[in-house]
Amino acid sequence: MSAKVVAGGNEKWEAVIGLEVHVQLATNSKAFSGSAVQYGASPNSLTDPTVLALPGALPVFNEEGLRLAMRLGLALGCTIAKHSRFARKHYFYPDQPAGYQISQYDEPICEGGFVPILEEGVRKNIALTRIHLENDAGKNNHVGPRSLVDLNRAGVTLCEVVSEPVLRSAREAADYMRSLRQIVRYLGVSEGDMEKGQLRCDANVSIRPRGEDTLGTRSELKNINSFKFVHQAIDHEIARQICVIESGERVVLETRLWDADAGISRSMRGKEEALDYRYFPDPDLPPLEVSDETIESIRSALPELPLDARERLMGLGLSADDAAQLSSECSMLEYYDATLAHAGDVKHAKLAANWICAELLGELKRLEKGIGESPLEPARLAGLLRLIADDTISGKIAKGILPKMLESQEEARDIVEREGLGQITDTGALEAVVDELLAKNPKQVQGYRGGNQKLLGFFVGQVMKATGGKAKPQVVNELLRAKLGAE
Amino acid sequence: MSDLISTSACEQARRVAEKSVSAAELCDAYLARIDTLDSELGSYLLVDHEGARAQASAVDAAIASGDAVGPLAGVPIGLKDLLVTKGLETTAGSKILKGWVPPYEGEVVRKLRNCGAVVLGKLNLDEFAMGSSNEHSAVKLCKNPWDLERVPGGSSGGSAAAVSASLCAISLGTDTGGSIRQPASFCGLVGLKPTYGRVSRHGLIAYASSFDQIGPLAKSAEDAALMLEVIAGADVQDATCSTAPVPRYRDACAQNVKGLTIGITEEMGGHDVDGPVSDAISAALADLENAGAKLKRISLPHTKYALPTYYLLATAEASSNLARFDGVRYGLRCGDDEALEEMYGMTRDAGFGPEVKTRIMLGTFALRAGYYDAYYKKAQQVRTRIAEDFQNAFFEVDVIASPTAPTTAFAFGAKKTPIDMYKADVFTLSCNLAGLPGLSMNCGFDNTGMPIGLQLLGAPMQEEMLLRCAADYQRHTDWHTRRPSFGGQS
Repeated sequence: MSAKVVAGGNEKWEAVIGLEVHVQLATNSKAFSGSAVQYGASPNSLTDPTVLALPGALPVFNEEGLRLAMRLGLALGCTIAKHSRFARKHYFYPDQPAGYQISQYDEPICEGGFVPILEEGVRKNIALTRIHLENDAGKNNHVGPRSLVDLNRAGVTLCEVVSEPVLRSAREAADYMRSLRQIVRYLGVSEGDMEKGQLRCDANVSIRPRGEDTLGTRSELKNINSFKFVHQAIDHEIARQICVIESGERVVLETRLWDADAGISRSMRGKEEALDYRYFPDPDLPPLEVSDETIESIRSALPELPLDARERLMGLGLSADDAAQLSSECSMLEYYDATLAHAGDVKHAKLAANWICAELLGELKRLEKGIGESPLEPARLAGLLRLIADDTISGKIAKGILPKMLESQEEARDIVEREGLGQITDTGALEAVVDELLAKNPKQVQGYRGGNQKLLGFFVGQVMKATGGKAKPQVVNELLRAKLGAE
Repeated sequence: MSDLISTSACEQARRVAEKSVSAAELCDAYLARIDTLDSELGSYLLVDHEGARAQASAVDAAIASGDAVGPLAGVPIGLKDLLVTKGLETTAGSKILKGWVPPYEGEVVRKLRNCGAVVLGKLNLDEFAMGSSNEHSAVKLCKNPWDLERVPGGSSGGSAAAVSASLCAISLGTDTGGSIRQPASFCGLVGLKPTYGRVSRHGLIAYASSFDQIGPLAKSAEDAALMLEVIAGADVQDATCSTAPVPRYRDACAQNVKGLTIGITEEMGGHDVDGPVSDAISAALADLENAGAKLKRISLPHTKYALPTYYLLATAEASSNLARFDGVRYGLRCGDDEALEEMYGMTRDAGFGPEVKTRIMLGTFALRAGYYDAYYKKAQQVRTRIAEDFQNAFFEVDVIASPTAPTTAFAFGAKKTPIDMYKADVFTLSCNLAGLPGLSMNCGFDNTGMPIGLQLLGAPMQEEMLLRCAADYQRHTDWHTRRPSFGGQS
């Protein structure tokens, strides 16, 4: 594996990558029967005659899966098929009880569309071929020479998001996965937890000389189940193919299994062993018919997508980092937008962003809570921000108030009043303090006037000390400069 | 009691409801007949003495305490062993399911039990409903009560033989390409295949999912109507099941055929019909004409392709439906200590009989990549044409009449090749391809005393029309009242 791979190939070779991502849809019951869906339940506890493919049992489609697939499709700009249908995909394996998977073949629910990613801060749309519905298989757990079959996952609703072969590097592929994960979570279409297998990826990888249009022979990498492995597995495969070709051999059409522990892929089956799935329309399931009204009602309920939100927030003057963080999750964006709305003025946009990103998230982390479960509601946070904005309190005082607001239902204003934390901005009141200080510290006054400007800090500190930190620093500065320079 | 045994299910239900006979007595009388006679006939694969008696007692108790009971309360019935029965071994007539006791109840069986029907047991059939003579049962031979040297027909052979021999009052069969109607014809009964989607398939072990329907085999049109009223109707567990309301089919039996138009055609089955059969059909049509119906020649040009179309599509679906019998979760498992692939192969090789293997291979071939368009897709197109032929015909006629089968019941071993056997279904297949309701009823006997069946096909959801014709025909004739001498019935 000596070939040097730089950003998806090298000077000579270009990588071509297409991803098939299986997304577990957030339905309460399985795709074609009433069994519950739950991660980590005891083996084979989530089954019924249909899941077990008992003789005489029939599948009936749970339409919640259709709604979620359409929601994803519409959010990604796909064309929704008003007529689609399920087919049977046959293969024998113990994790596939009926001997076939129910999947969409020639008539998928969604076609076209794209997943947006950011490349060096610039949006790039990765084209999709299709999104189709299918049911999941169970799991074979290999114990010594025997296998134990757990059918809890069997029959769970999946949608498979198939990209065009337009990705050019492992990094781009990983970015695509991240963006897709973020979007499905945003939409509430899936929890998108890769550790629970709710998002799984197969990658089709080939290479070709730079500048060529025709595609090289591809291999299909299966079982890439984390962002890290997407990156590693694809880079590894690109390097492997370059090695194969440069050593005078040819890449063969095959399916390879990624072994995450060993950090290599292994050939699973070649072209000769390719399975003939004998697809045909499932006679147990009538075609899916979707009306324009249904499509429109789902479309009209779509939330703003993360990259759109990010751009909007940057338009309000937020930094790229803050905008990215605040648009990373739907609950975060909702919190931010609500806070800003309560603050009553978009000129507080940056202030709100700073306080959420720099202060609130830190406090919540300490409390081990997500933004959605923050004990401090956007309305009360906005109250605190308004006090900062109109100089009622300093930022420093506000930082002291924040934890108190998280622990109680109090408004910032009430805390400020009760504890007398309001900022002293009255020049007259501060003048008396300053005069007293200057009188007490003649040496330092002389030193300042003699050219030691650094002593200004000493005086500011003394004023703040005398006022319990409530003096407005700008006013104190002005006063001191005026008085010290007066003689 | 012996005259009650050979009377109709409707009559038995009436007698039980008015307490002139108890469900328990009726049940015991049938069980005694089965115990005495069925070792020779072979119609039952399982007799549930205990369960039947318990159900009968429950019906008697309900009636005694004045509770409302269902229309089939106390009527002893038999179920084709392709229907899943909770707690009762269900084999599909196959070695691969021997010993399988279902943990769930099929919808139709649930409905029957709910309305008080007394399930006597499970009836013999061709393995997985694949056959036209019951000779493909992997369990045992089932004979025709009219002549024990002959087949009862198939695949619902046990369902037909048992009713004909009065080993149950009425039975359920399943019909994928004629499996209710042809045995009804061979055994002198009324057999009704409902419109596709009229009856839930939940708990029906699938042979060909887009063809299969459950339906009654009965001694009269009225009995069939009664049973259909109970089993028909919407079911959320079957996505292909219709939500159309269920009419009171027995009311249709009170109507006559005056003013109805009966379509006749020779295109459906070709001309290979035995003389006695075509004579009896002509006589029956004349009877219907005399009763006030009009006859009209019609054309169904694509029905001549029904046989190859059916055997392509049905076997394709069968190859898929039977994939679940893999030895992993239930039923037979061979080669337990071998590798996975070997276990699959050994299990399916030992578990399936030759006809089932033939059809799985035919279907697998038809669905192979690269052959799909030439076979499966083409056959689907022909299927659509056949359905259109019927659609057009039903603009002109109310029912379409034909023989149910080209012959009467044949002797065991008479059909030497699969193709010969397949041709026994030539008149019945079109009905399933088009999803139509079809009925067969006895319309006479050949010179060896074997019953002949007249088939009536109707437009979708027009079961009432078929029952109306059959009931009126049975008011004008007495063929349906004849019983075989087997079991001392005549």
